[in-house]
Amino acid sequence: MAYEKVNELNLKDTELCLGLPGRTEEIKQEQEVSCVRSNNKRQFEETLDDEESTPPTKTQIVGWPPVRSYRKNNSVSYVKVSMDGAPYLRKIDLKTYKNYPELLKALENMFKFTVGEYSEREGYKGSGFVPTYEDKDGDWMLVGDVPWDMFSSSCKRLRIMKGSDAPALDSSSL
Amino acid sequence: MTEEDSSAKMSEDVKRYLKLDPRSAAASEPPPAAALANKSRNFKSFEPPCPDHVLENVLENVLQFLTSRCDRNAVSLVCKSWWRVESQTRFEVFIGNCYSLSPARLTHRFKRVRSLVLKGKPRFADFNLMPPNWGAQFAPWVVATAKAYPWLEKVHLKRMLVTDDDLALLADSFPGFKDLTLVCCEGFGTSGIAVVANKCRQLRVLDLLESEVTDDEVDWISCFPAGETHLESLSFDCVESPINFKALEGLVVRSPFLKKLRTNRFVSLEELHRLMVRAPQLTSLGTGSFSPDNVPQGAQEPDYAAAFRACKSISCLSGFRELTPEYLPAISPVCANLTSLNFSYANISPDMLKPIIRNCHNIRVFWALDSICDEGLQAVAATCKELRELRVFPFDPREDSEGPISGVGLQAISEGCRKLESILYFCQRMTNGAVTAMSENCPQLTVFRLCIMGRHRPDHVTGKPMDDGFGAIVKNCKKLTRLAVSGLLTDEAFSYIGEYGKLIRTLSVAFAGNSDKALRYVLEGCPKLQKLEIRDSPFGDAGLRSGMHRYCNMRFVWLSSCALSRGCCRDVAHALPNVVVEVFGSDDDYDDTVIVDYVETMYLYRSLDGPRKDAPKFVTIL
Repeated sequence: MAYEKVNELNLKDTELCLGLPGRTEEIKQEQEVSCVRSNNKRQFEETLDDEESTPPTKTQIVGWPPVRSYRKNNSVSYVKVSMDGAPYLRKIDLKTYKNYPELLKALENMFKFTVGEYSEREGYKGSGFVPTYEDKDGDWMLVGDVPWDMFSSSCKRLRIMKGSDAPALDSSSL
Repeated sequence: MTEEDSSAKMSEDVKRYLKLDPRSAAASEPPPAAALANKSRNFKSFEPPCPDHVLENVLENVLQFLTSRCDRNAVSLVCKSWWRVESQTRFEVFIGNCYSLSPARLTHRFKRVRSLVLKGKPRFADFNLMPPNWGAQFAPWVVATAKAYPWLEKVHLKRMLVTDDDLALLADSFPGFKDLTLVCCEGFGTSGIAVVANKCRQLRVLDLLESEVTDDEVDWISCFPAGETHLESLSFDCVESPINFKALEGLVVRSPFLKKLRTNRFVSLEELHRLMVRAPQLTSLGTGSFSPDNVPQGAQEPDYAAAFRACKSISCLSGFRELTPEYLPAISPVCANLTSLNFSYANISPDMLKPIIRNCHNIRVFWALDSICDEGLQAVAATCKELRELRVFPFDPREDSEGPISGVGLQAISEGCRKLESILYFCQRMTNGAVTAMSENCPQLTVFRLCIMGRHRPDHVTGKPMDDGFGAIVKNCKKLTRLAVSGLLTDEAFSYIGEYGKLIRTLSVAFAGNSDKALRYVLEGCPKLQKLEIRDSPFGDAGLRSGMHRYCNMRFVWLSSCALSRGCCRDVAHALPNVVVEVFGSDDDYDDTVIVDYVETMYLYRSLDGPRKDAPKFVTIL
């Protein structure tokens, strides 16, 4: 299907779609490639059961994409963590946590406190400590309000506020 | 000999040479007796001895000005005496494949080597396509050169296996040693580095780049001798072990000639600050982690921007290994002077990049992660009019990751950076249109390496193969010497490469092409092709055979996971005695009771000294 070029902008670039680009072509080609490989192997593997020629799943191919291994250990992304009343700032790599419970547990261990029960409506209740973060727009938000992925990519720094100082950061005030 | 003496001697020699015309000896007229005391009167096998002494002196004086190895290679082919003189005056030897000759041949031919550049494993070894312990050991070379060239000053190695013992022998054998550069090497550790630091008292350059250095828990920085050093360049950003910062600081203080310092990620931002304050003369700085240690709350932090302001000569910045974003603006004072900026270890968003890059008018080399997005590339294009080299690496290097950059960024760069010469671009989606635009906007391109990470991906707008885009590159970029292709490609792309890629020396192919015709187009069409590396493409015996006439004139050919048979590889090996054909699979497949016909990996290269003796068991040399 041809797309018009409007002022050199190709509208297809801005179109939303669900699948990966080029997917149907891709699967066809993948099957062709896997045939090339398995044909060669079959010459001497006759005594073994024939492998089913299922369409290949997206397993990681050795050495592809061609990025050297030291570049792959790359996802370090430190943010500073401060807690009201604690003598030292710390820093953590958000990429080492997969979800909020893991992060909160790490923070609790780091600063020796417990965070309260989280509820969407009322924020953190029960401990007097409120974990907050500054996002890339400079706004201070409550940790846990947005989905984890959104949080981990937009969090610039963390601050654990003491309950008495923390403003009411529940969803009604945002 | 002073310059005046030397040139006086030269003009005397020239005069004498001009009187002695070797051709006249072949005629009946006898040449002056004094010059021909030893001369044979057999004119049929004419061997001019004495005129050559004169000639050689003249030549020696002339050739010392020739530094390019291509020129020197040409000179050495003129005749035997020119070959001899050239051998005596070549001080820098470059060996692109350590297995193309033996160390003995090197030391036999060249007697006055001061600088040695050696390359070992082929590039695909970087991507785990070669089993470990394949070879490329530095050991036989250091042993041979230790005996032959005690005045050796400089060793540059790439993709070689270097042991601590090798480094110790080097440090012991060359009292005037000045420059050790190890790129993508492995096999040694901090203990080997410590010996070099300690014993090479004339050391100016110690550059460890992208190498694997084992942590032997040796405080190697403290091993530099006391007193002023000659150090001009110290790069250890790839060393993955903590260093003694106090010793480093002391070293920097007593190294007044230090211009390049690349620290590793174990140097914190505060420590970097201390180093910068002590070395404001630095021109190249690797910033280490660029992240502060645990900072006391409310404590006064150092004025990082002031430190950068004080380093007025910095033109090259790298590091940022664990960047804490809020400190990035500290580099602003040096941006206007920067010619090279490497952000490729930092997860930098477009918003973080834009305020920095808008001041970088003089940048020529820019490396980054694709976290800067198309938007960041547009900002680069808007400001960096002097850009010559761009490399964009994937933050998430998997086939099916998100991919924040695309043809939009590529096109923007092509429109803004017209002087671009070299590009490496990893992306998930691309269009022929953007690639073609680059071919038209950037005629100075010599290196075009595009990696569309999803295998066999077509143009994501038209659904067509990427043939036309790469075709435009080879057609329009008339200076192109290096090309890496990707995406969905048919044999047609390769016909374009063969037709137009007349200057291409290095070609990288992966998951591309339909048939042997593709390989044939390239082998028949690209006369300058030296290095051909291909993986996972449907090229087989017919394709390999089509290049028989070429392999003696190439540095190497690598074919892995293609469709080659052992029989054909053997035929090539037998037909070409000056070419070594190695065949291997992954070493855990190795079983010497089963001879398989399918060849997983074939690596062939020309060699003057036949097959190597150090091949491991899993390698078969046909």
